[in-house]
Amino acid sequence: MRLLAFETATRRPSVALWQDGATIERAEEVPNGGSERLLPWMHELLAEAGLTLAQIDGIAFGAGPGGFTGLRLACGVAQGLAWGLDLPVMPVSTLEALALASGKREVWACLDARMNEVYSAVYLVDGAAVQQVTAPVCLPPAVVPAPTVAGVWGVGDGFAAYGDLLIAGKRDLAGVRADVCPTAAAVLRIAAPAFARGDAVSPAQAQPIYVRDKVAFTTAERIARGGAK
Amino acid sequence: MKVLGIESSCDETGVALYDTERGLLGHAVHTQVAMHAAYGGVVPELASRDHVRRLIPLLERVLADAGCTRHDIDAIAYTAGPGLAGALLVGASFAEALALALDIPALPVHHLEGHLLSPLLGIDAPNFPFIALLVSGGHTQLMRVTRVGAYQLLGESLDDAAGEAFDKTAKLLGLGYPGGPALAKLAESGRPGRYKLPRPMLNSGDLSFSFSGLKTAVLTAARAHELTEADRADLAAEFQEAVTEVLAAKAVAACRQHRLSSLVVAGGVGANRRLRQRLDEAMAKIGGRVFYPELELCTDNGAMIAFAGSQRLLQGDVADSTRGAFVVRPRWPLDQLS
Ligand SMILES: Nc1ncnc2c1ncn2[C@@H]1O[C@H](COP(=O)(O)OP(=O)(O)OP(=O)(O)O)[C@@H](O)[C@H]1O
Repeated sequence: MRLLAFETATRRPSVALWQDGATIERAEEVPNGGSERLLPWMHELLAEAGLTLAQIDGIAFGAGPGGFTGLRLACGVAQGLAWGLDLPVMPVSTLEALALASGKREVWACLDARMNEVYSAVYLVDGAAVQQVTAPVCLPPAVVPAPTVAGVWGVGDGFAAYGDLLIAGKRDLAGVRADVCPTAAAVLRIAAPAFARGDAVSPAQAQPIYVRDKVAFTTAERIARGGAK
Repeated sequence: MKVLGIESSCDETGVALYDTERGLLGHAVHTQVAMHAAYGGVVPELASRDHVRRLIPLLERVLADAGCTRHDIDAIAYTAGPGLAGALLVGASFAEALALALDIPALPVHHLEGHLLSPLLGIDAPNFPFIALLVSGGHTQLMRVTRVGAYQLLGESLDDAAGEAFDKTAKLLGLGYPGGPALAKLAESGRPGRYKLPRPMLNSGDLSFSFSGLKTAVLTAARAHELTEADRADLAAEFQEAVTEVLAAKAVAACRQHRLSSLVVAGGVGANRRLRQRLDEAMAKIGGRVFYPELELCTDNGAMIAFAGSQRLLQGDVADSTRGAFVVRPRWPLDQLS
């Protein structure tokens, strides 16, 4: 099976190619989101593997949560390729990819959600199987559901932004790795068995997972809160 | 040659398939107006989210209507700017990836170039060179157009765009969002002249516009006393007279100055009946003519993007091989196009 994956939820976008279990990847911190890099990187990876797009069997992408614009970039690219090539798409949780990318077994994955909130979930990683312990939420760092046992790793840029607030009064962590980002390679390790199981969806059904769903107040809500029209 | 057009710069998702031999084969627009109405204006994040949901279903509908498959598409044109960054990125990322998948060129198109070439989509199309009056929610500009890609800015609004002035004034009169069409409707039953509003910059001697003062003048009039329904209609009528008089006068002045007899009108405000009436009359007086896009192509749509892209391709402006590297340009002056 040959798969491509795009992951652009954080400041470090990446693209990866999977060929029967072997993965090659391009990733780099970029200032402006990666729209100039994503598809050229894909060409490089295909050339390196001696493949053409026509030989790809499926497209995966990091669906979120994460930066909204980044999520849509990966989703748009995945949709465009998959629709054009008539391929199935596998949206993968960015927090699961982050947990897997950390290389740790028990992981508290936290990404900076801005506006004094984090995207957070706790996972148990076994090989390439990522089992959810607490579901992804978008909440202020002081109140997110923390691991209930000691010895879990804190992973992701949420800890860089709000480490003290996240950790205060919680069970002891094994350590913190704030520099780990979700990667396209990790997305592929999660997506490959999902493709094999037939879990992939059509390009139109492949959508970002924002988690933060309330992004604006209606006029009625603003008035109810005592604000202006 | 069949060109797919994708538009997602603001609150309309538009997809179209244009054939350089047979014309428009299919086009579909999903407008988000109802969704944003509850918020009193466009919420950029919600707009972007909706584009992602709508794009593929619209595309499949357009191809089905046109009786074509993805393999019939020869090139893809998409709006790369100006507009909302997040919204533009939805169309751009999809279009660029799809073009690679189908191994065809992708062309970034300027949204306003789409608007101002849209009258050329009609059966009765103007010849180059012509003057273009662009009047939309975000722009009020007069251009001299000598050929596809050569746009000389002659004048523009120094503050609010004409459509913006319509929308803000409509809000002042309690007409909700988007207010332009509602205000025009209310104006039909009103008597202009009972209230006196200024004609901003009518005699400025140049081709610039200013509409923000007009909105303030309406506010002052509205605050002077409790408005009856008839008062509101009269105020709306006078406002519409003021805006359309200035627009028409300057558009005709531009045609005179450049000795051109064809005026092209594009953008949402171009749907305004009073504006059309005034322009038709004033241009007839100087022996000229006004060309409008089809009414359904006045607001944002994919057809104008497909068409602009096709004209670029015919002219040989094929995108160089970027291997899918792309950027969107939320701010992008039209006269910087080449
Ligand atoms: N009959 C009408 N009379 C006056 N204004 C109108 C009428 N119909 C539409 N409009 C106005 O046209 C504008 C919408 O036009 P359009 O969709 O071309 O612009 P936009 O997408 O908001 O801006 P831009 O294209 O500059 O980014 C709105 O301001 C709307 O109120």
